[in-house]
Amino acid sequence: MEYIVIIIGAIFVNNIVLAKFLGVCPFIGVSKKISTAVGMTGAVAFVMVLATMVTWLLQKYVLVNFKIEYLQTITFILVIASLVQMVEIMLKKVSPPLYQALGIFLPLITTNCAVLGVALMAAADKNFGLMESVVFALANAVGFGLALVLFSGLREQLDLMKIPKGMKGVPVAFIVAGILALAFMGFANLV
Amino acid sequence: MKKLQILTKGLLKENAVFVLFLGLCPVLGVTTSAINGLAMGLATTFVLLMSNIVVSMVKSFIPDKVRIPAFIVIIASFVTIVELTMHAYLDSLYASLGLFIPLIVVNCLILGRAEAFASKNSTLDSILDAIGMGLGFALALTVLGAVREILGSGSIFGINIYQGDGMIAFVLAPGAFIALGYLIAISNIINKKMEKKKALAKSK
Repeated sequence: MEYIVIIIGAIFVNNIVLAKFLGVCPFIGVSKKISTAVGMTGAVAFVMVLATMVTWLLQKYVLVNFKIEYLQTITFILVIASLVQMVEIMLKKVSPPLYQALGIFLPLITTNCAVLGVALMAAADKNFGLMESVVFALANAVGFGLALVLFSGLREQLDLMKIPKGMKGVPVAFIVAGILALAFMGFANLV
Repeated sequence: MKKLQILTKGLLKENAVFVLFLGLCPVLGVTTSAINGLAMGLATTFVLLMSNIVVSMVKSFIPDKVRIPAFIVIIASFVTIVELTMHAYLDSLYASLGLFIPLIVVNCLILGRAEAFASKNSTLDSILDAIGMGLGFALALTVLGAVREILGSGSIFGINIYQGDGMIAFVLAPGAFIALGYLIAISNIINKKMEKKKALAKSK
């Protein structure tokens, strides 16, 4: 039951992009086609779950244990950056087709604030154990993917529309994202 | 003249938010009021300035292969300084900016300037670039914060302008996207007009 609340809360009610504004850069940057959106989602999900797991363990057994919580920001970003690098090297060796599909998105993830944001949120929540943190990260990745895929579908349609000159491209994309966020507000108070 | 150009290009012509679309997460996340936007903008400017200075000073002895992790550590140290200072002296601001203070680390604007400018130019130029870019970022956040605050809660910098509730959606998530969309459109039009004027002046 508790897990269901975490999952629904992270995907719909507090959607990471549309309600919390994390990961807006890739949300605008790679949402021109549905296929790239799916690829980005896969890469983010992979890194987000792994990073949250590692940073949660580090927070509990190293940072809190030795009372050096003030090093949290530096530690977390270093872990994420090296994790991304490691995932990239491993994928290249283990599964070349997957590397081909996710390859170009991986370096971008280091500066995707959604990954660091989820890791920080999971570490800050006192009620989260390791399992809850992993579920939370996975649900947030699904929420990110849902928003990204929905939005890229909308943007593919937008290309066919007649739009005033100054609004073309990014401005109108933001307004559509606003309307999408308005739709997601309908899920408020669900859990 | 060239130094002046480095300083001013970040304000409007290459504005980080309205033109380059960098660092959008805090732009949308913290601009529920003008004062929050201004505070976030200044905090980011400080980190950008300090990291640009340090990066431009150490650029010659960081090996090329590990430069990105090295830049990230430099940035993260200054973010931690800002975080601890804010927590100590500006607690209410620290609470309202929340998660977005540690997230300054992953603001692509800062890493972008370190990589694209500070790692190739002199310290003085990097300082000017950081001030220009940072103030442009702060300007964008303040304008967006002011627009959202006026439309959403009927005040600016906490001073009441009109009675009543305002359009609450502008304080919430959807208003952030919509307001930013219109602001980018406006800045597009202004930039295009300025370019036309310049082209006209040149042809004469």
